[in-house]
This record gives sequence, structure tokens and C-alpha cells, in this order.
Amino acid sequence: MPANRFNGNTDYGIGIGLRVPHYSHILSKKPVVDWFEIISENFMVEGGRPLELLDRILEQYRVVQHGVSMYFGSADKPDRTHMRRLKNLVKRTKTPWLSDHLCWGSVDGTYTHDLLPMPYTFASARRTAEKIKQVRDFVEVPICVENVSSYAEFHASEMTEWEFLSEVVELADCGILLDVNNIYVSSKNHSFNPYDYVDNIPHHRVGQMHVAGHTKFEKYILDTHDHPVLDPVWKLYAHATRVCGVSATLLEWDDKIPSFDEVHNEALKANEFIDGAKKAVV
Amino acid sequence: MKRPPKHAPARIDSTAGLRLFQRMMAAAVVRPLDGDDNLQKTWIDGRPMGEVAAEFIKPNDRLTSFERLELYNKMYWYRLFDAIRDDCPGLQAALGEDAFTRLAQAYLAACPSRSFTLRNLCSRLEAFIRANPRLTAPRTALAVEIARFEWAQTVAFDGEALPVVSAASLARTPPARLRLGLQPYVTLLELRHPVDTYVMSVKRRDAMRSEASNTPDSKVVHRRTARRASLPRPARTFVAVHRLDNRLFYKRLEPGAFRILDALARGATLARAVAAAGPRVKPAQVQAWFTTWMALGWFCARGNKRRPRAS
Repeated sequence: MPANRFNGNTDYGIGIGLRVPHYSHILSKKPVVDWFEIISENFMVEGGRPLELLDRILEQYRVVQHGVSMYFGSADKPDRTHMRRLKNLVKRTKTPWLSDHLCWGSVDGTYTHDLLPMPYTFASARRTAEKIKQVRDFVEVPICVENVSSYAEFHASEMTEWEFLSEVVELADCGILLDVNNIYVSSKNHSFNPYDYVDNIPHHRVGQMHVAGHTKFEKYILDTHDHPVLDPVWKLYAHATRVCGVSATLLEWDDKIPSFDEVHNEALKANEFIDGAKKAVV
Repeated sequence: MKRPPKHAPARIDSTAGLRLFQRMMAAAVVRPLDGDDNLQKTWIDGRPMGEVAAEFIKPNDRLTSFERLELYNKMYWYRLFDAIRDDCPGLQAALGEDAFTRLAQAYLAACPSRSFTLRNLCSRLEAFIRANPRLTAPRTALAVEIARFEWAQTVAFDGEALPVVSAASLARTPPARLRLGLQPYVTLLELRHPVDTYVMSVKRRDAMRSEASNTPDSKVVHRRTARRASLPRPARTFVAVHRLDNRLFYKRLEPGAFRILDALARGATLARAVAAAGPRVKPAQVQAWFTTWMALGWFCARGNKRRPRAS
């Protein structure tokens, strides 16, 4: 679904994450990029250089906000101060949609700063959907929730991860940020077929996709975002674009970050698969 | 975080059940690593950790429940250690790697993050060092000052900037009634050591090391050698940590200038603040200071936010 109500009816194309090592290149060379994804929390500050830099980027580029700390799946209530800060940033960036993760990471006000996996239960899904709705109603932009990579599964779970994702987004009536790398990583860590995952989610709710690199270890895979995208992930992305439609796509590269051009060129590889998906539709 | 339940709930069919589950897992994730940087083998109630982990985490054909939990436990500590090292290069250099690691682990265990952002991770470090002097002995006084200075940098980097008071509005109010606020991003420090020059020298060394080496082990080398920067000798130092054009600066202050700013920051009228500088400070000098501070944009209308005392 190129444009739908979950991404503000936009068709943004291929973007990359806005990262510190590239600031100087972006501001001086002004490269052509469809859009940048920013980590909301990096700009939820009172003043100083982060906001100055953001304003300069906003003068020339489209920006979409991606959060890492809303923790829709935490049992705690949404923090109103946090939501106010987020809403102020939304007004500044005019992001057509915003995303955060389908996970938890804080309890009783203590933060782990991690994206911890959910126990996939109906009660957890109801609680999570309720929080997504509360945040969406407060910030007044569409929300897409992102599936996380995980290294643990829980006895308490009552369904698969993709069933849980589907349950949450249907209850919350929100969009999906489909991270195909995370699906691939989790499929290896938990021994499921990643194509089953992609095939069994509500495709019309996908408002954005993520691709990224990961690192293989002997007994597990880590979602490290420090490599180019590996072939199996591109293949899964190609499949996802065929079944979900071509969606705004973003490459995440967060560690051992190479030059701007290298990151951007890696992201633009997505075009090969997008073209294939478009031809398949014709 | 509240004490975790004795056992993770077998079923999660309510928000209360979800909260118990999350307390259990979070308590395990943030638990300090053992001496070998692994998940501790025993839970807080004395049971084997493997048994506790198996109650709520499924094993797979490659990893036990314990090993899966350990991945999250290690990632938590590595992430927070990286963050605290990034924010406190001076403290790390002054204490040395081993003492700094002990301090960081004790601090993070006692004061886990209560903020959505790691930016605030070190906000309570100064108070923690004061309350636990044995962790930094015999350099506790220096450690306190470096922690204050490094936190002031975080505040100066992205702290709030309020509208600057104009010279015209200053002129409208008599000094006996005029009260000025100091910008929230400005921190005044009265120090017994010149930690500003010390931290700058540490950062310069780190930058040079980073330029000189891009080998995979360069971080390790850098941490082992970081302590080589000479520790500062005691010398009374007055400094303002601030920003200008969104860049960080440290401005040394004369004692009289510090006393004026400190008095203003604590709510004194302009007349009383100037008097606090002492009789030896000449009016022309005070005027020159104010001209500089106005040009730097340090003064704002006095708000409701109370500032802590500078020293």
C-alpha cells in the first residue's frame, strides 16, 4: 500500500536514518534523499544544537519520527510529560506518521533502554492496543508499530508473534512498520518460517518498512545494524513488497557507520525489489 | 522498581499479571553481572538462576533459558556502561578503568535510569559519589568536581534557552528591585581543582588516540591509557559552563564575578548581587563583566524554576 491512512497517505520512497557522522555531509553537500528518519528521543530536548540541526534539516528534507522509548507494551500508563514532548516535536517536524516498537522496556518508571519482547497473550495485546490509542489520540498523527527482533520467548505466550502483532494493530486500528530484518533475525532465533510471518499479517496496515544488517553468531543472530543488508533479508523484503505493496522504506545503519554515500547506495538497492514488485502487479 | 514477585506468573491474563511478569524480567535484566561479566548464577532468593529463568523463558535447541536471559542482561550493562563512559571521560581518566567500572556498576545498580533518555543517566552521579566516598577514595573530592563539571556539559549542550533580557528592560528597573535569571543551560561551578582544563586535556588525548588508531582494539587501548593525563593540582577555580552559537564553552570567572552571578542565580537583587562581589571590585570592572554576560545572552527573566546553589 504505497499511501494509506497509516502513513498519512504519503508515498515517501526510500529513506535513511539521520545520524551524527553524516550531519556535515548532508548540510554541506545537500544530497538528494527521499526522506530521513529521526530518532524522536534525540530531539526531545529543550534547546541547543540538536534542535538547531533539526531545523536546518527540516528546511530541505522530509522527516519521519521513529521512537525507541514509548514502550507501548509496558504495563505502566503512558507518561504525559513524555507525550507532551513528543507532540511538540511532531508539531516541529510535521511528520505524517510516527512509529515506535511493539515491545516493552520500562516498569514502575525504571527504564532498561532496551526493546524487550512481549509475552504474546490476549491481555497483553489489549493493554498494548489501549496505550497505542491513547498516544495516537494525544499526538494526533497516525502510528505504525514496529515488530522487534528478539532472543527470548516466553512460556506465558498464547499465540505466535505475527498473530500478536495482528491482534494489537486490529484492536488499536493502527499501522505496521514492518521490519523485515527483525522478522528474519527472530525467525532464526526462534525457528519459524519468516514467510509465514509476512503472509499472515494484515497487509493493508503496513505503512512503512525497515531493512538492516545483522550479525550471525554460532547459536543466535543479533540485530546489530552495522552491516549491509544480507541477501535473505532482501529476498524477504521483495516478498513483503509483493504481498503488502510498495511502502516507504528505510535502511537502518546505526553502528560502524560508513560514508553517507555508502549508506544511501545500500538503501537504494531496495529499488531493485520495488521495481520487481511493481512489475508483478502490472 | 518494586521488588519482583517470587515467581513469574504462569499465565498473563490481566494488566496486573503483565506488570508482575515485567517486574520479574526487568529485575533479572538490570541485575549486575558477576565477576566474569556473566549473568549471576543465583537469584536474589538464593535459587539457581537457571531454575528461575526456566520458569518464564523457553529454551530452544541451541540456548538454555538462562543463556537467553543472559543475552539481555549483558546487552543492558554494555549499553549503559558505554553511555556512562561517553558522558564521563574525565572521571574515567581520573579514577582509572577498574575504579571507574566499580563506581559505574554501583551507581547504575543503586540509581537505575528513571528517564526515557540516556542523556539523563548521570544526573545523580555527583550525589551518589558524595554518598559513597569509598568508591572513589582517595580521589573523592576530585571525582565529585569532575562529575559536576561533566554533568554541566550535558546541561549546556541541550538545556533550555529562555528569552534574553534586553539592556533596555534592565535600564527600566532600579538595581535595588531588579532580579535577573540565569539561563538554564548555564552552570556556575566553584571548584577546588581546575577540572575544566583537566577534562579538556583528557578529551584532546582521546581525540588524538582516535585519530591515530582505527584498529578494532583502539577503544581498549584508549581506556587503559586514559589515566595518563596528569591529575590537576588543587587550585581554587571559578567557571561557568555554557554554550554560545550552540557550541560548548567553559568560561573562567574572577571570584568577584562568580559571586555576583551566583547571587543573581539565587534570587538576589542586582544591587545586592553587585555588593556580594566585595569592596575591592571596581565599578568599571563590574560594568565590563555585565557587558560580556549580556553579549553572551546569559540573563533571562527570573522564572519559577529554582536553581541549585552553585557551590
